[in-house]
Amino acid sequence: MPFTPHTTEDKKAMLKAIGVASFRELLNTIPESVQFKGKLNLPKPISELEVKRLLTRIASNNRSLTEYISFLGGGAYDHYIPSVINHIISRSEFYTAYTPYQAEVSQGTLQAIYEYQSLICELFAMDVSNASMYDGASALAEACHMARDLTSRNKILIAETIHPYYTKVVRTYTEGLKIPIQLVKSTDGIVDLNELEKLIDDSVAAVLIQHPNFFGVLEPVGELEKIVHKQGALLVACVDPISLGILTPPGEYNADIAVGEGQCLGLPSSLGGPFLGIFTCKKEFIRRMPGRLAARTTDTEGKTGYVLALQTREQHIRRGKATSNICTNEALCALAAAVYLSVMGKQGIKEVAKQCLAKSHYLASAISQIKGFGLAFSKPFFKEFVVKTPVPSAQIIQAALKKRILAGIDLANFDGFKPDWQSNQGGYLLIAVTEKRTRKEMDKLIRLLKTWEQ
Amino acid sequence: MSQILKELRYTKTHEWVRIDGDIATVGITDFAQEQLSDIVYVDLGSIGKKVKQGDAFGTIEAVKAVSDLYAPVSGEIISINDDLKTTPDLVNKEPYGKGWMVKIKISDQAELGNLLDAKGYEELIGKTTH
Repeated sequence: MPFTPHTTEDKKAMLKAIGVASFRELLNTIPESVQFKGKLNLPKPISELEVKRLLTRIASNNRSLTEYISFLGGGAYDHYIPSVINHIISRSEFYTAYTPYQAEVSQGTLQAIYEYQSLICELFAMDVSNASMYDGASALAEACHMARDLTSRNKILIAETIHPYYTKVVRTYTEGLKIPIQLVKSTDGIVDLNELEKLIDDSVAAVLIQHPNFFGVLEPVGELEKIVHKQGALLVACVDPISLGILTPPGEYNADIAVGEGQCLGLPSSLGGPFLGIFTCKKEFIRRMPGRLAARTTDTEGKTGYVLALQTREQHIRRGKATSNICTNEALCALAAAVYLSVMGKQGIKEVAKQCLAKSHYLASAISQIKGFGLAFSKPFFKEFVVKTPVPSAQIIQAALKKRILAGIDLANFDGFKPDWQSNQGGYLLIAVTEKRTRKEMDKLIRLLKTWEQ
Repeated sequence: MSQILKELRYTKTHEWVRIDGDIATVGITDFAQEQLSDIVYVDLGSIGKKVKQGDAFGTIEAVKAVSDLYAPVSGEIISINDDLKTTPDLVNKEPYGKGWMVKIKISDQAELGNLLDAKGYEELIGKTTH
């Protein structure tokens, strides 16, 4: 990228043009007391070559998933990313485009968003998908505001089995509005239905569940739905899009709002993102949906065209009454997801999901046969599961790193929820297996775990 | 000149009320629909909702603006004009007729004294427009 600094002559010319003698004089309107007069604590300038060397050295501390075998999950997964995705999203027409306010100049971007929405609706079996949000966690939090507005009720119940970080985001989003949040306890890795029955009443706006949940376990969505709707609350489901290749989609178990993290649909699991927030709902709730919606229409000459058909008006003209302040989307990530879904197709998604299921169960079964190890929960799971370890999981993770294996997530790192395993001498490891893992790679992890066989 | 019907009562926020025993039928005035111009969406909440005089019970969205709808009387919403869901422009065409919005079962007759009569409302919009 070219960088063209201005010269001393340029500066003089500019100062002269605006009629001040020096840069300092420009700052005169800023009170003396808040002006910084010292020298900035910056290192000496270095040459381009030196900068490159420095950054390369720093970057070499990074570890890439191309050199490691990853069993990491908890929201970000090492699924295969077909090459065509990067090829398409790197096109400058998409890469440099910003929020498409003007239909006249944004037909490609608008159509891409429209296709994304259509594909997501089909995958989730929901009526409407918005143009996307920041990530799965913020989409879940937005659902709380929406549910509160729709029901004129205030309280939110959150399943304890939701990713603790997602719950944190929900708490942050709902704090200002003083929305009471209550966690619903779990038993054997799923929502305790009796607990839910006890907590739910007509003050509850929505019940938030994750399916498969943080532990990878499948929730009893059918039973949950009945309990939630009996009390007139809304069911908000946070799902793994890949799982929908084989699991019942949220629309079919009557979820009112369904959200999800779209990283698994063709986006790298880089630290910090960018991720993709999927947000869908029933058609009757469309006017309360956060974000925006692209739609297909015909122009005055009868030709097909795409426009931003709906964006919550309150965000622009009645902000005091807004239920959301998102005025953007993750267009490039949504495009990646759209390309992923169209490349994979119905059969492809099913195949990916089936492989995740088969491989994770192969690994889980092998690990549970190692003496001292075992599965934490007996309930069915999809691609992720919790293993009880005879020693603290951190110890295993460290040892695995040396063998270029990312063994999983140490559940001891998560506070804020206290399952009864804290008393256990060993630890708990959350392991995810995607379609990318080979038998050889899994056997390598199994061999390593055998080091601690009791 | 906006139409103002003699037999109705009005609010300062441009709703009209037709009182029939303890039932109040509510809409927005001809003046209000003219000011808003093309109405594209009306959200009237749900039947059974209890409202207080002056509370927002719904919203009305025109091409250029969104406004709250305020309850002229306290009570329970017992009926909603469902036709407005599909044809919100009825509010433009017949603000005092097919464009009615909700019926409220009045809980406090004394509050009716807070409403304007046709003459009072005419004075109000006279001030607004001059």
